[in-house]
Amino acid sequence: MSDVIATLIPAGENSFRLGAYLGRGGYEAARKTILTMKPRDVLEEVKKANLRGRGGAGFPAGSKWAFVPQADERSKYLCVNADEGEPGTFKDRAIMTQDPHLLLEGILLTCYAVGIHTAFIYIRAEYEAIAQRLEAAIEEARQKGFLGPDIFGSGFGLEVLVHRGAGAYICGEETALLESIEGKRGMPRLKPPFPASVGLFGSPTVINNVETIANVPLIFRYGADWFVARGLPRDGGTRIFGVSGAVRKPGLYELPVGTPLRKIIYEWAGGPAEGQSIKAVVPGGLSAPFLTPEEIDVPMDYESLAHAKSMLGSAGVIVIGDRTPIIDVLRIVARFYAHESCGQCTPCRIGTTWISKIADRIGAGAGTSGDLDLIRHLAEGMKGKTLCPMGDAAAFPVLSIVDKFGQELGEPISR
Amino acid sequence: MSFSLTAEGAKRVEELVRRYPRKEAALLPVLHIVQREKGFISSEAEEWVAATLGVPALQVREVLSFYTLLRRKPAGKYVIQVCRNISCHLAGAEDILKYLEKKLGVRAGETTPDGKYTLMAVECLGNCDHAPCLMVNDEDYGPVSRDAVDGIFMGLT
Repeated sequence: MSDVIATLIPAGENSFRLGAYLGRGGYEAARKTILTMKPRDVLEEVKKANLRGRGGAGFPAGSKWAFVPQADERSKYLCVNADEGEPGTFKDRAIMTQDPHLLLEGILLTCYAVGIHTAFIYIRAEYEAIAQRLEAAIEEARQKGFLGPDIFGSGFGLEVLVHRGAGAYICGEETALLESIEGKRGMPRLKPPFPASVGLFGSPTVINNVETIANVPLIFRYGADWFVARGLPRDGGTRIFGVSGAVRKPGLYELPVGTPLRKIIYEWAGGPAEGQSIKAVVPGGLSAPFLTPEEIDVPMDYESLAHAKSMLGSAGVIVIGDRTPIIDVLRIVARFYAHESCGQCTPCRIGTTWISKIADRIGAGAGTSGDLDLIRHLAEGMKGKTLCPMGDAAAFPVLSIVDKFGQELGEPISR
Repeated sequence: MSFSLTAEGAKRVEELVRRYPRKEAALLPVLHIVQREKGFISSEAEEWVAATLGVPALQVREVLSFYTLLRRKPAGKYVIQVCRNISCHLAGAEDILKYLEKKLGVRAGETTPDGKYTLMAVECLGNCDHAPCLMVNDEDYGPVSRDAVDGIFMGLT
């Protein structure tokens, strides 16, 4: 699958079983760490490893944990984001399917570092089979004393609950996720206050993506220096690049952070599909601005992609071939965000719906000459003007399509 | 109130509620239990859930109407979710959806008159390297062709 030594997605039909995980050295790092290190030092080690969030925003995990107030009487919570709804993203599915105990060991280490005794795994309802696998893994771990009231005889206790969503992309947004666990509609909250101080049930809460947490055991198994050396100095470790669309070998490729996008597409995913050339590439899930074939010589890390005016996001790479009309892509992008807008903020609720209707109109050959400008105007009207990043997420891809592929979009309008 | 769960369902609800730091946080999981047992969530069920968790009935309705996988009407024995987002579209999802509409004689969003199948066109299922993909109840399939769809249906009785 890749050229990295320690993988987040082990191969093999039985890789998910506890016995197999113990055979890979599983839970040893947690045992040693919990029995010999102070929580504060655990946190410092994660900071040193420069582990950045794998969900999309790329915030340094150690710094996020450090925001949680230490002297606080309220219960603290960890919410692991397994909502994985960003189109083109399918990596957390693989980690949880192939290595649920790696995630659980990561949860254990994270909770120990921050002083948390209850963790939730918020998983999208479509992943029911995976949710059941996680629950079985939790039970296995409890029986061995890796979870429960007195872990490794240390006195530290932790319970993990698997919480199923019910079909809503927006619940992948961290505060919407909290609302959803609290038994409400998944509508994002105004920040500040940030979840680290006022999160789940009004308590300090850490929210991290599955892949982020799954990396934590590796930092303690092999050391922070090793972890940094696997990626970039400011952005440690590997990324699981999910490649889909018009390529010969769609799949997951776990590679060092900073691997060039061109290399991922051509050397790992086998290049464009038979008889096609590349028209456009989404580098990090559908919310990321589209790149042209001339723009894919970019290292896949947060800074480099920001410099290229796109986003690493969830590292879901979608390759669009030259046989696909760009208007089809615009319609799908627009429809998706219109469908998933929670409706709370007017710019997003109205903007996404209008853009979708205009895109459909253009697609039906009934576009008018002002349509692209109107789409631009609506998208600009969402950017930075909503409670949560969904306004940006809906605007970015649309603007990039209109700006970079305007000529092709213009054809059906003038016809 | 005439609504009740089976003894097993009621026991599961009770266990679940006990595990949550706050009762109302068990709302989504309890709704899932109800829907799995009854096929959908009726008005009576809404009231029962509200009373069980100590939340206003309005909150249950709010939640029900927000999440796409919670239903207030019965669905078919087999719920077929066809992904039509970008990666699946590039791999021919529209054709698969059209084929299923023709095969079942219903449009996306509808249930066959015999109550056997509900067809849904959905956004990304997170299975993009198996595009075009679909789900039948909790089971993943992909990449699917028209022939593969026929094969899947042979197994649905």
